[in-house]
Amino acid sequence: MAFPADFKYTKEHEWIKIEGNTGTIGITDYAQQSLGDIVFVELPKVGSDLTSGKSFGTVESVKAVSDLYAPVSGTVIEVNQELATAPEKVNSDAHGAWMVKVTLKDPNEANGLLSVADYEKFVAEEH
Amino acid sequence: MRKTALNAVHRQLGAKMVDFNGWDMPVEYPKAGGLVAEHMAVRNSVGIFDVSHMGDIRVHGPQALAAVQHMTMNDASKLAIGQAQYSALLYPQGTFVDDVIVHRLGENDYLLVINAGTREKDVNWVTGAAKDFDCKVEDLSDNYTQIAIQGPNGWKVLQKLTDADLTRVKFYWFTHGTVCGLPNTLIARTGYTAEDGFEIYVPTDEATSARVWNEIMEAGKEFGIVPCGLGSRNTLRLEGALSLYGHEISDTITVWEARLDRFIKMEKGGFTGRDALAKQKEQGLKRVLVGLENVERGIPRDGYKVFDLGGREIGYVTSGSPAPFLKKNIALAYVPLELSAVDTEVAVEIRGQQVKCKVVPTPFYKRPKKA
Repeated sequence: MAFPADFKYTKEHEWIKIEGNTGTIGITDYAQQSLGDIVFVELPKVGSDLTSGKSFGTVESVKAVSDLYAPVSGTVIEVNQELATAPEKVNSDAHGAWMVKVTLKDPNEANGLLSVADYEKFVAEEH
Repeated sequence: MRKTALNAVHRQLGAKMVDFNGWDMPVEYPKAGGLVAEHMAVRNSVGIFDVSHMGDIRVHGPQALAAVQHMTMNDASKLAIGQAQYSALLYPQGTFVDDVIVHRLGENDYLLVINAGTREKDVNWVTGAAKDFDCKVEDLSDNYTQIAIQGPNGWKVLQKLTDADLTRVKFYWFTHGTVCGLPNTLIARTGYTAEDGFEIYVPTDEATSARVWNEIMEAGKEFGIVPCGLGSRNTLRLEGALSLYGHEISDTITVWEARLDRFIKMEKGGFTGRDALAKQKEQGLKRVLVGLENVERGIPRDGYKVFDLGGREIGYVTSGSPAPFLKKNIALAYVPLELSAVDTEVAVEIRGQQVKCKVVPTPFYKRPKKA
């Protein structure tokens, strides 16, 4: 499993790619593998506020429901509509199938997230 | 945790393992494609399941038939040798100890196949229920590795490995034959997938169990056989609206409520639970099991609450899931009798939101009849 080096990660297995003041958020390949066949993704509306560490949506596999946790606080500026009709994209390309884009409330918040090396280590320990 | 003799095989196949009623069992095999692929393989061709966690109780002796009649709701006197029937062990109040498949092995010789989660309870119950009859109750649960080969091509796979003529074994019948060189193996045309298929009972030593599993996998290669876990077993049985103990049936749910009327034979004579059920039939039912299908987006799950469209809580979901073959979200639920008619709209509460569903006929899925 290769995790992109330019992403930051959470212990709940979300990734975020930060470009300027914008963060793009998804779940990791490790997360999609543990979930299995993803059949439903429920995402917030554009304009809603995310709070770091709080649930902002759900992803459902055939067997189970999992919460999505916000890696940072911010306001949703775009939602990946494709996932409403093709949730399986999360299985086939977890690091490409982003879920929401947000305007960061505090760019420094991302400093508390895991680097790729930390995340890889975390996953290896959890496994 | 308890393990079946195939535990190492599952791990070698990279199965995702879970604790199922104290058993370390495969839930899916991601390397073979995962739950949905397993489900589709069984509907379209063939899949193989380790169901060794199921229990087996043999009741035999001069009064075995009388004992089985006394403790089960279906009419075992109708069984020919080599035939099986779906039935249940009931409490005096007409609720379920467990559902069982009764096999008639011989004259006054029966095999009850029971659920994993209720093994000890069932063995004690059957032993108690049989004590006034001249017969012997034996717990054979640890004597068998039980493998299910399910799907329209299941018989073709198994036929390559046995001298028994499987075309002569009808659904819910069984025979004995040599399978993978093992003589006198019980071969039953039964299953829990709402599909055609077989279940075989082989010795529990690890080497034999693994050899049989691998020979089936090899024989099934040309049909695209895949190993299947408890995940697809659950979605397959749910599409067929087959009951699961602790969900659709339990010690607080009666036979009428679960709508298993066709498996109960009130006219056969006395049996445990009969009086209470006769009384309930007279008084009428308050709730019944129905099939639900989503009208609005959302996935109903086990335990979710059901409401009428006026917002009054009326029942609960016993099993709910996306249905991989039907490509719909479906559920079984208990609702009041007056809201159980097909096409009645109700709402399932999904994370605080009322999501509209409608009552549909069950089973959701019926296998196509052979041409």
